[in-house]
Amino acid sequence: MNAAAASARPKRSLLTDPTLRSIAYQVALCAGVGFIAYEAITNAADNLARARIATGFGFWDTNAGFDISQTLIEYSSRSSSYGRAFWVGLLNTLLVGGLGIVFATVLGFAIGIARLSSNWLVAKVASGYVELIRNLPLLLQLLFWYNAVLKTLPETRDSYAVAGSVFLNNRGLVLPRPILQTGGAALALTMVAGLVAAVLYRAWARRRQALTGQQAPVLAVTAALVIIPAAIFLALRGFPFAFEFPERGRFNITGGVEILPEFAALLFGLVLYTAAFIAEVVRAGIQSVPSGQVEAAYALGLRPKLALRLIVLPQAMRVIIPPLTSQYLNLVKNSSLAVAIGYPDLVQVFTGTVLNQTGQAVEVVALTMAVYLSISLAASLAMNIYGRLITPVGDRS
Amino acid sequence: MTMADGELAIAQAAFVRRAPIAALPPPADMRGVRGWLRSNLLSSPFNIVLTAIMLALVVWVALTLLDFLIVDAVWRGSDRTACLDSEQHRHVGACWPFVWERLNYFTYGSYPIPQRWRVDVFFAMLAVGAGWMLWLDAPRRDLGAVYFFIVVPVASFILLHGAPLLGLPLVDTSLWGGVLVTIVVAAVGIVVSLPLGILLALGRRSALPAVRLCSVIFIEFVRGVPLITVLFMASVMLPLFLSEDWSPDKLLRALIGIALFASAYMAEVVRAGLLAIPRGQYEAATALGLSYWPRMWLIILPQALRVTIPNIVNTTIGLFKDTTLVFIVGIFDLLRTIEVARIDPKWATPVTSPTGYAVAAMFYFVFCYSMSRYARHMELRLSAGRERR
Repeated sequence: MNAAAASARPKRSLLTDPTLRSIAYQVALCAGVGFIAYEAITNAADNLARARIATGFGFWDTNAGFDISQTLIEYSSRSSSYGRAFWVGLLNTLLVGGLGIVFATVLGFAIGIARLSSNWLVAKVASGYVELIRNLPLLLQLLFWYNAVLKTLPETRDSYAVAGSVFLNNRGLVLPRPILQTGGAALALTMVAGLVAAVLYRAWARRRQALTGQQAPVLAVTAALVIIPAAIFLALRGFPFAFEFPERGRFNITGGVEILPEFAALLFGLVLYTAAFIAEVVRAGIQSVPSGQVEAAYALGLRPKLALRLIVLPQAMRVIIPPLTSQYLNLVKNSSLAVAIGYPDLVQVFTGTVLNQTGQAVEVVALTMAVYLSISLAASLAMNIYGRLITPVGDRS
Repeated sequence: MTMADGELAIAQAAFVRRAPIAALPPPADMRGVRGWLRSNLLSSPFNIVLTAIMLALVVWVALTLLDFLIVDAVWRGSDRTACLDSEQHRHVGACWPFVWERLNYFTYGSYPIPQRWRVDVFFAMLAVGAGWMLWLDAPRRDLGAVYFFIVVPVASFILLHGAPLLGLPLVDTSLWGGVLVTIVVAAVGIVVSLPLGILLALGRRSALPAVRLCSVIFIEFVRGVPLITVLFMASVMLPLFLSEDWSPDKLLRALIGIALFASAYMAEVVRAGLLAIPRGQYEAATALGLSYWPRMWLIILPQALRVTIPNIVNTTIGLFKDTTLVFIVGIFDLLRTIEVARIDPKWATPVTSPTGYAVAAMFYFVFCYSMSRYARHMELRLSAGRERR
């Protein structure tokens, strides 16, 4: 009976066979994607040929012929190529991204911890800040800082001056330029040696404390190791820096280091914006540590500051780091809004000016995307490795 | 015997309290307003200093805003002279007549004046749809979804773009502007990105490797690049990829860029919701004999979408803020109309820019903040069963 039933099972139609179906779906999808790609490529080739736009990266070595207001590497409109302009833009993006990450982390952690402060007013001000900043578009904030704050500063003639050597006007902030003289490298080397010694001492003190419970004055010794040799060096050899002070002329200020208002507005806006998001990440991370941990730390006799540093933050960091990384990536990606206020970042220089001059949209946009994509992929790769490292061995899958 | 001793002892004592007296209240420093101040603001010297600094900061910010927006503000005038320090011989704050005169421009852009009722109807239709979707106890929410995702988009297109057959003259999208464009971009972003995001999320968890690969590549690619580059791609590369006789207009290109970008982010939000559904639900649905689509449609998605509503709203806030970026590819959204109006020689003064930005800030803040309150409210409602009281 059973065998009969089994053999009498109706023969499956090919239409409902799961394997065949899944293969059919996938083939259909691949064919669809392939067709779209083919159409796009042939159309692009046609359109480019009709518009007489060159293809390929031949433009890379062509003379750029436009000026860039902030260059970290040597660049001149007369002799530099489009390729050089690309690197200038990329470095400017990395500069604002790197500085932004440092400042946003510091401010974000401060605000995140302030949101959990026992001081009612501090907690309220911090959460008011977070709510205000997070609910306004970044572009609006950048335009505000640039057009409504920095551009309304006085003209060069009437710049604010501090001690005759720092000038602030609507064309930027001019600071004295430090010039390294002989002996600078030796001083730096002395300080690095001091730092290395301090790190070694710290490791030794930790091990000894773990073994014997005896504490060592780490902070004082670290300060002594770094400062005393440097002080002796300075006393013997004198200060190895000289400053080039800016001079105020009739129409402009010469000399010194100039910080462009575009750069200042972008950095300021990005830091304030990202810090609000980082604060939320930090708050969520700290709140994810069970309150029993803090109570246990207090029961062991740790004071609040030590409990925060030794018990809460190390556990919170495991929760904080992944979303923190994505905030860093957001900051770097958001720095592309520079184009709206004219800071010469990768997008403004390359996807803006170079694209307009060469007309090679496909190459330029693809290369720009590739840059951001590789930054993102590198960060998420690092995150995966980090995640693997901090997951306790037993929890690893 | 003992009884008698006791009686005697009592008789000897002058007074014995037999009922307990009420407990004393806590010291005056520990309760009421003083107690609250002590424990929340002045608990240590460090906290006292902190409180003083914060108080100074709050007062300074509040006074500056009050001065600028109300006390020193100009309320009447017909051109820039009303808002100039030198003309008015006083310190001038916000220039409200400028906003008042340009309010229609900020709302409709250059949309032809006799046709502006169409924009108003569009706003009303959208508001009804959004209310229907967001109010969880609303009647017939299934109809609401059909209305929001099918009826509104079609009707809005006919209404805004025009249909000569129905007596609505065509209005070119280059005339659209201001709040209208901001809302259109955000609405298209949401209406497209939610279904597309669900498809991508399902694709990413699909058993078919080719489907999974395509979804992952699309999602990770879009999430790895800034929105500006996606918009640049949509505005300069899309026309190249399409044949010459089918060239979309500027606004449509930006809409495609925004919609694709939002879909990738929405997909990740939906995926998180899918991951939150216990395996047993999938297995039980399969055991009931449901095939893939009914299983997803009837069992998994209703649960997954419900738990992700707060995240969907948060993504929507991000999308709403991101609509400002269409500014950069030359579309007249609210921010762009303000940028154009603030440098108009008729009104350009030192206070015009801050006034314009203040208007934009209020608009975005009201929308985003109310959405974030809604998300928070949903979160509380969803976790009500789990919360310990």
